[in-house]
Amino acid sequence: MFRSHVMICSGTGCKSTGSEKVIDTFKKAVEAQGLSNEVNVVQTGCLGLCSVGPVAIIYPEGSCYCNLTEENVPLIVEEHLLKGRIVTDLLYKEAEEAEEILKLEETNFYKKQRRVALRNCGRIDPEKIDEYIAFDGYMALGKVLTEMKSDEVIQLVLDSGLRGRGGAGFPTGLKWRFAAVNDADQKYVCCNADEGDPGAFMDRSVLEGDPHVILEAMAIAGYAIGATKGYIYVRAEYPLAIRRLEIAIEQAREYGLLGSNIFDTGFDFDIDLKLGSGAFVCGEETALLTSIEGNRGEPRPRPPFPALKGLWEKPTILNNVETFANIPQIILNGPEWFSSMGTEKSKGTKVFALGGKVNNIGLVEIPMGTTLREIVEEIGGGIPNGKKFKAAQTGGPSGGCIPAEHFDVNIDFDNLIAIGSMMGSGGLIVMDEDNCMVDIAKFFLGFTVDESCGKCSPCRIGTRRLYELLEKITSGNGELEDLDKIQELAEHIKTNSLCALGQTAPNPVLSTLRYFREEYEAHIVEKRCPSGVCKDLLNYTIDPDLCKKCSLCAKNCPSECISGVVGKEPYVIDQSKCIKCGACQESCKFGAVIKK
Amino acid sequence: MKTIQTVPFTGTKEQEQQLLAWLDDHADEDGIALQSLQMTQQIYGYIPKEAMITIATVTGIPLSELYGITTFYSQFRLFPIGEYKISVCLGTACYVKGTQAVLDKLISTLGVEEGETTPDGKFSLETCRCIGACGLAPVITINDDVYGRLTANEVERILANY
Repeated sequence: MFRSHVMICSGTGCKSTGSEKVIDTFKKAVEAQGLSNEVNVVQTGCLGLCSVGPVAIIYPEGSCYCNLTEENVPLIVEEHLLKGRIVTDLLYKEAEEAEEILKLEETNFYKKQRRVALRNCGRIDPEKIDEYIAFDGYMALGKVLTEMKSDEVIQLVLDSGLRGRGGAGFPTGLKWRFAAVNDADQKYVCCNADEGDPGAFMDRSVLEGDPHVILEAMAIAGYAIGATKGYIYVRAEYPLAIRRLEIAIEQAREYGLLGSNIFDTGFDFDIDLKLGSGAFVCGEETALLTSIEGNRGEPRPRPPFPALKGLWEKPTILNNVETFANIPQIILNGPEWFSSMGTEKSKGTKVFALGGKVNNIGLVEIPMGTTLREIVEEIGGGIPNGKKFKAAQTGGPSGGCIPAEHFDVNIDFDNLIAIGSMMGSGGLIVMDEDNCMVDIAKFFLGFTVDESCGKCSPCRIGTRRLYELLEKITSGNGELEDLDKIQELAEHIKTNSLCALGQTAPNPVLSTLRYFREEYEAHIVEKRCPSGVCKDLLNYTIDPDLCKKCSLCAKNCPSECISGVVGKEPYVIDQSKCIKCGACQESCKFGAVIKK
Repeated sequence: MKTIQTVPFTGTKEQEQQLLAWLDDHADEDGIALQSLQMTQQIYGYIPKEAMITIATVTGIPLSELYGITTFYSQFRLFPIGEYKISVCLGTACYVKGTQAVLDKLISTLGVEEGETTPDGKFSLETCRCIGACGLAPVITINDDVYGRLTANEVERILANY
């Protein structure tokens, strides 16, 4: 038995700030102090506090240390682990109350969260199957195989009200039932781990922090629909997730939890990994299946739906990572437990990757129905630098912007659609007054133009034309009738595209146009970008009264268009040569460079 | 049309053997076209035409189909990359925090556009969509090193490390 556990986050966010070195130093320091039998150093999955990484939590005290470096480690080991004195200087502090030190669970960031899909992230070592088993891992699979009929499993999932977490929100149990009723010599269970929305990293955190939950849930799904083979399609951009899945599959096979005759019940199920190669459209279900088959990942028309003809023309179910992560808990705690959380039509919790202009960037899991205000102001700790909230973007390139007027909307599948956005996979990017909504719409559309697979023309050509209209506006050449053209073209793309990529691609444009029309009009009529983002509509000037004649701006100017005399004449920008990079404004210490 | 400078094929016998061995191991599996290309890129660092011809000859998958798959997925490269691969994250979180300025600075400092390699073969400049380190936005990676919370001013200092 260990008297202390040091849980250090080794998710991608913390890894990129050096958590591997911190883990290593901790292990060595604990050994050097002769504490190896008393203190357990564990590398865990994502704790959610990505902006203050590397993060470590020491139990039983629950002290949360953040922004760690190798140099901090000896002090923590000596003071906290050896002498029992918490090193308060290094603890996580909430932005507003820097004086008060709280346990992680008591912080604003955590206290409204309810961790179901992320329950093991940060609690277990994802590379050790025994730790997963210690927290009831594979118990749900055991229960299903030994006590339940496959139809009962499906009914239970249906009763829980679980809806797909990948974006569309289709009832999971229904999907399973469709596949279960189709007879075939072979069926497949696939997991969509091709998390492509820029700014979303929920699924990655589950895969990295708790890979076994996915394997267990897929095996349960396999039993429910009568499949013996599963594939996890994971993005190649997630090397750590891939490695942890490989380890997990290996261990599960060793323990007889994957393979043949699982739990001695005669049920066979095995899982293989398939890697993506960087194509956003492969997140669409038919495109993903085509890609697993080794082809260009182009979508196919539906029907036939995958439940009838999916992978290699066999009945197939495809669920998202987060959807699967809920399954074992639903089996163990019952459908009533799950449906007690959330709203009338959206049960359970949802994981959001909170990013952008918000203080606490990271991963949060909240009951459905939490308001946007609670997420941004309480959990997210508000907007940095005293700026004003402008909009939150959900659903990535398929979603839309939620403006301040809907700050109190209860977030669930149906409410988000009603206000012109969508849940999507769970990226939630906060934007402040410095973000231009026309530019954001153009950014997302640029993404879909790049990622359109080219198979159908409404998407391939339509999104390109739509992008050009936006470019015309941001470059100062827009006309008011362009807004009508945008509206019309967007509706055509939505109704005529083959797959969800095209059908949802105009959403960012339509929602910004709906809520921020005046910003579009400012670009067109006044030739002005109110947020100061669109370069063609900007001018940098130097206020001669504020200029201290220090020459720093001129030194930093890449196009050498700033002239003046050190100490004598204020500096002036030659507008004809200015490339509007903003380097002068960034370098000026006196705020003399003005952008407008 | 823009032409891209290519370097001559310098694949070794060992690399070819490695690819052939992999193809032999997976000869009886379905749908290995994509996987064989992933393996090729792992072996050669990019997908040389010569390797594509090898795959086509061994598996009977038409060369045109292999080329179609290669150009469909953004991770595949038809040309070798530089010693250091700079990846600029253009995910939403990085974008709203000003990654475009960092990219512009890299373009002007290195003198190459996105997707190109410096003439000395040292740096390749690429953009990517979200590496998931949104807490550090804006982020670039140079090979395995991650640089976060960047401003354009820091670009030259970072490049000097290589």
